[in-house]
Amino acid sequence: MADILVYALAHEGQVNKNSKGAISEAARLAGELGGEAHAVLVGTDLTDELAQQAGAVGATKVFTINAPEGIAATAIDGIAALVEAKGYDWVLFGGGLLGFEIGAGLAARIGGGVTVEVTDIKVDGGKLVAERPIFGDTLLSHSNYKSKGVIVARTNAFEVKETGGTASVEAFDAPIGAAAGQVTLKVRGEARGADVNIEDASILVTGGRGLGTAENFSVADSLAAAFGGNSAVAATRAVVDAGWFPYAGQVGQTGKTVAPKLYVGLGVSGAIQHKVGMQSSENVLAINKDENAPIFEFADFGVIGDLHKIAPALTEAIKAKKG
Amino acid sequence: MKILVLVKEVPDAAVEKTIDPATGQIDRSGEKALNPYDTHALEAAVQIKENGADVSEIVAVTVGPDSASRTLQGAVSRGADRSIHLSDAGLAGSDVVATGYALAELIKRESPELVLLGQQSDDGGSYAVGSVVGEFLGQPALSQVVKLDLAGDVITAERQAEYGYDTVEVKLPAIISVGDAINEPRYPSLKAIMGAKKKPVEKLTLADAGIDAGKVGTAGSGVDCSDFQKPASKSGGTIITDEDTAATVEQIVAWLDERKLV
Repeated sequence: MADILVYALAHEGQVNKNSKGAISEAARLAGELGGEAHAVLVGTDLTDELAQQAGAVGATKVFTINAPEGIAATAIDGIAALVEAKGYDWVLFGGGLLGFEIGAGLAARIGGGVTVEVTDIKVDGGKLVAERPIFGDTLLSHSNYKSKGVIVARTNAFEVKETGGTASVEAFDAPIGAAAGQVTLKVRGEARGADVNIEDASILVTGGRGLGTAENFSVADSLAAAFGGNSAVAATRAVVDAGWFPYAGQVGQTGKTVAPKLYVGLGVSGAIQHKVGMQSSENVLAINKDENAPIFEFADFGVIGDLHKIAPALTEAIKAKKG
Repeated sequence: MKILVLVKEVPDAAVEKTIDPATGQIDRSGEKALNPYDTHALEAAVQIKENGADVSEIVAVTVGPDSASRTLQGAVSRGADRSIHLSDAGLAGSDVVATGYALAELIKRESPELVLLGQQSDDGGSYAVGSVVGEFLGQPALSQVVKLDLAGDVITAERQAEYGYDTVEVKLPAIISVGDAINEPRYPSLKAIMGAKKKPVEKLTLADAGIDAGKVGTAGSGVDCSDFQKPASKSGGTIITDEDTAATVEQIVAWLDERKLV
């Protein structure tokens, strides 16, 4: 079947941007296959307005499954039943934690292959071929599917394209299995710590695990202050999970996507999950003592050395230069 | 309760990873190490036991070539009571679904209440195997967990999802993949390292474990990832090593100045 099904993650009345990007990409691919892009929403408060957000970016049909949002086991049951009923060969996800979880479980259920972290998809011989960078983006792997394929995109891989179209909306009843019944989502999307704005900064000093302690964020604060103007301090996921910095200041796959004029990484290793949130930065400066840190693969200027020595000296030098 | 910890041998992080052009599979020769994320899973298992849960045993399980036995022993030294090693030439080329199927078959033989694993591996890095295992077992799988509390047969897990932190309750049996923020793994003591050599190891082939050979390996996999290409090379940045901090800072400032950033 030439139609492509896309899982559209939605929360608080909004379809997720990465899901929208996946829908737009599916519309392009389905066009080449001679089919259409369809979307599926899972949740308990699915409105027609929400479904039309998927329609506006390329879905011609939207299925709604009335089941709790935020739980992979539930979504796998619902989407697998839909794939079975309608005969889809291809299911696309926009990325994110649920994308990985649902996509992998779904592939096992429907007897397909699954690829995660996909950055490009092509049509070849009437089938989809997914491209995934591996080994710190030093090599591209291509997935060829034997029958059904589940493709989970890397965050921010696909652009949202507004078509202004509308979709037909259809409720789909799916039985939810026992495994889903074992899971209860108690809290969804809790923002921990202070609300900090990192998306509007033109200079962003980001602290990673290399800072060593929460107190050492003062090194990043001082450097950002020396730059002055529109600068801010951000963090990697590792240090946010460790409680050193508020969640609102996290850059990466599960945090914010930033594109400052200057990104400064202090003790940031540059894992893929972080890179996807900052790779559009105009200039990247990295200071890290680990010469094997992946950030040196994409930094414009990299310094292998002790940030605790270099960053304070840099702070003073910038202050002196500014007078 | 019984806890199984899934572990994997990966190329040492410091070693450059390559693809064997003859087979299209990851070249797994060279220095090996226990997947760093799995050390967090082992630590989590030990902490559950130390925190007073009635843990009858912790079993480390791996799928990999014979040479992975040393890595498996290393995993045992981090607190497992015994280990299971599935090794069979028929597993070569297994995709994540096929690997998850094989692991699920091993888990079925043991019927643990809890299965723990690292959220991703340093080589394949698919974040997906826990979810596949859960699917084949008909049990819920939670990934990227950074906090885990057990009360009776319910685990309260925290993780970062798409919109911030989620708190999820899951009734056991379940599969939990952990992130590296969940704990600080302890280094095994010399006594534990020596003791690990004496802990029982069960070595199994596909036939021993009753695993359908048609569902694993290249033939049993739904996706073939053996087509590799080098990405278009982009112009690399300037990388310097700090030897004289004053000179280093001067270079950074000059670079910033050129781009009108200071």
